[in-house]
Amino acid sequence: MAYKTIIEDGIDILVAGAGLGGTGAAFEARYWGKDKKIVIAEKANIDRSGAVAQGLYAINCYMGTRFGENNPEDHVRYARIDLMGMVREDLLFDMARHVDSAVHQFEEWGLPLMRNPKTGAYQREGRWQIMIHGESYKPIVAEAAKKSADKVFNRVCVTHLLMDESKPNRVAGAVGFNVRTGNYHVFKSKTVIVAAGGASNIYKPRSVGEGAGRVWYAPWSSGSAYGLLIGAGAKMTQMENRIVLARFKDGYGPVGAYFLHLKTYTHNGLGEEYESKWWPQLQEMVGKEYLDPEVSHRTHRPIPTCLRNHALISEVNAGRGPIHMVTMEAFQDPHLEEIGWHNFLGMTVGQAVLWAATDVDPKNENPELTTSEPYVMGSHATGCGAWCSGPEDVSPAEYFWGYNRMTTVEGLFGAGDAVGGTPHAFSSGSFTEGRLAAKAACQYIDDGKAEGIRVSDEQINRRREEIYKPLEHYKIYRNEITAGSVNPNYINPRQGLDRLQKLMDEYAGGVTVSYMTNEKLLNIGLKKMKIMEEDLEKIAAENIHELLRAWELKHRHLTSEAVIQHTLFRKETRWPGYYYRGDAMKVDDENWHVLTVSRRDPKTGEYTMEKAPLYHLVEA
Amino acid sequence: MPTFVYMTRCDGCGQCVDICPSDIMHIDTTIRRAYNIEPNMCWECYSCVKACPHNAIDVRGYADFAPLGHSVRVRRDEEKGVIAWRIIFRNGKKDMTLLAPITTKPWGKHIPKLADESAPSQAMRDSQLLFNEPKYVRLDDGDLHTLKSNGLKMKKGVSY
Repeated sequence: MAYKTIIEDGIDILVAGAGLGGTGAAFEARYWGKDKKIVIAEKANIDRSGAVAQGLYAINCYMGTRFGENNPEDHVRYARIDLMGMVREDLLFDMARHVDSAVHQFEEWGLPLMRNPKTGAYQREGRWQIMIHGESYKPIVAEAAKKSADKVFNRVCVTHLLMDESKPNRVAGAVGFNVRTGNYHVFKSKTVIVAAGGASNIYKPRSVGEGAGRVWYAPWSSGSAYGLLIGAGAKMTQMENRIVLARFKDGYGPVGAYFLHLKTYTHNGLGEEYESKWWPQLQEMVGKEYLDPEVSHRTHRPIPTCLRNHALISEVNAGRGPIHMVTMEAFQDPHLEEIGWHNFLGMTVGQAVLWAATDVDPKNENPELTTSEPYVMGSHATGCGAWCSGPEDVSPAEYFWGYNRMTTVEGLFGAGDAVGGTPHAFSSGSFTEGRLAAKAACQYIDDGKAEGIRVSDEQINRRREEIYKPLEHYKIYRNEITAGSVNPNYINPRQGLDRLQKLMDEYAGGVTVSYMTNEKLLNIGLKKMKIMEEDLEKIAAENIHELLRAWELKHRHLTSEAVIQHTLFRKETRWPGYYYRGDAMKVDDENWHVLTVSRRDPKTGEYTMEKAPLYHLVEA
Repeated sequence: MPTFVYMTRCDGCGQCVDICPSDIMHIDTTIRRAYNIEPNMCWECYSCVKACPHNAIDVRGYADFAPLGHSVRVRRDEEKGVIAWRIIFRNGKKDMTLLAPITTKPWGKHIPKLADESAPSQAMRDSQLLFNEPKYVRLDDGDLHTLKSNGLKMKKGVSY
């Protein structure tokens, strides 16, 4: 094959994926590593890549300690109750104590943060969210990253991490291919910060046909954060903790500003409030410690997101749908009406298109809500990701092994969706995690931990062959058939994605089974997943674009297998409304007040599962 | 919503190809103009619409749930630092224009080049501080929060 091999050698810090986490990492790395070689590999264009490509209308993680609003530990308690106790509180505290310094710098760079005219503080949408005009959020932070990096490789899809051959379990760089030229790229690096994305499109979406692109999380979020880390043998945590979102129907437009700022609320198809009637039954499932509406009412302690989903799902299943967002009151105020529309244009233009297409004017009718298909990610109201070390001054021994945000593979760091147990980081928290990882990576190098790394030509050539195999496979078998896409020797990436989505939906608690699964179903799912792995060896790519889709699918497949393994391991229903284990329908704090940790042996593909203790932040 | 490209406006310049986060805006080799090669991987993020110098790209809501006859158009201006939207309903009864700032500063001028900043001291390297900290945490003279400063500890086991 005529594709060139392009080797970038002598890199100190390689940032794989440049969304908010990756831009934060590249930016900060330059400060701690003045003479270090910092390189970014991004599969799209850094100016519009990652989950924030489209823009944001709010920064959802800001303490406001400067304005006397919250302390870091307040945010930890919030994330803890929202995730039913299952979080890494050392990592959360660390993120929360730094996050405001990122936001204050964004404002200085030109990001328009709204101010409350009365108080002069940032305009709050809710306790943790501040409102912004964030159409250019991504190009602005990309500029900061570009100023720090030695080189930015746009359109290079990273497929695998390189491993050191002189010392086991140490990273040595990464490889991938350019989705335009097709060239093979080798990055030899002392450290790698994986800041790639979580996973959309692993569960069958509600939409069909064209509309399948209107997923809640970006369609280009291909689970590469997990695919890369699992493939390198890093330990993962909380991969069972997929998220389901209650959103405006079909367009999946955000509801945060509507609930918190516009004060809209929901009712069922009969025009009744419905949530509270589900609380007694739900309280029996999860216990009073996690759901106590009286306490929530008195102290403003939030009712966990998953439990509110549960009420919505149950009400619809009881035949009293659809669920409506009551907008007709708020939208009579022209100012609030404008905010409602700006909110979509700033981050989910598709919802505005849908309402324009269906003549839905929220001033005159209450739009429908629905719950989405599940997503696997680690920066919204869920915490899937790698098992990472915390900071020295906060973390207990079980959570600390030398370098902040380092995975269990030496020299391999994470940020954003890649880091497990840190929900509610959102954009600003992901950027902050990137900064923390970058400082730690510089320290790791300065401590001499990256000396003597060896990567053989054999490893580089083996990966090259593996990467282009789908193109070869297509060439060999294409002419066995007359025309079309039905071939006995291969499947194409779309066919593979359809199979994955159907499998995850039916066996691992997707939308068509109302998020229900059990041990038997999960075991069947695992078996089918293994067979699918064999077929993925026979995936065919007609061109370089399909090769990109083939590798995205392989990352999604590795992610999905981890989701099933973790869901099988945790024998309880910890998050009703995200998913249900029909054979263990209760929260079981006696046995499962723990974090789940997995490792997939890269050689054999075998999984080992373990429990890790939970530490909570309490008053000294 | 998938994007589409007007034949008479596109000159095949490739700006949309360059920016699309999903790698789905490609140039057709026969007509030498751009088109959306994979509508079901289009997030309707409008990155290509905003980047097109000829306003040649538009969006038609997803066929499986959005009826025809609507319009959401946009113009983004980095120099003026604003973005302008126009939304027209299918029934023509609503026709809105909305304007929002995209930056408060001349484009890119106020983002620091960290290579030019003075190097951090050893004490700072040994601390938990990041660039511009502790000052930027609260914009006062206070230090970074720690477990000790906030009267906290990490306790193993079940607590709520």
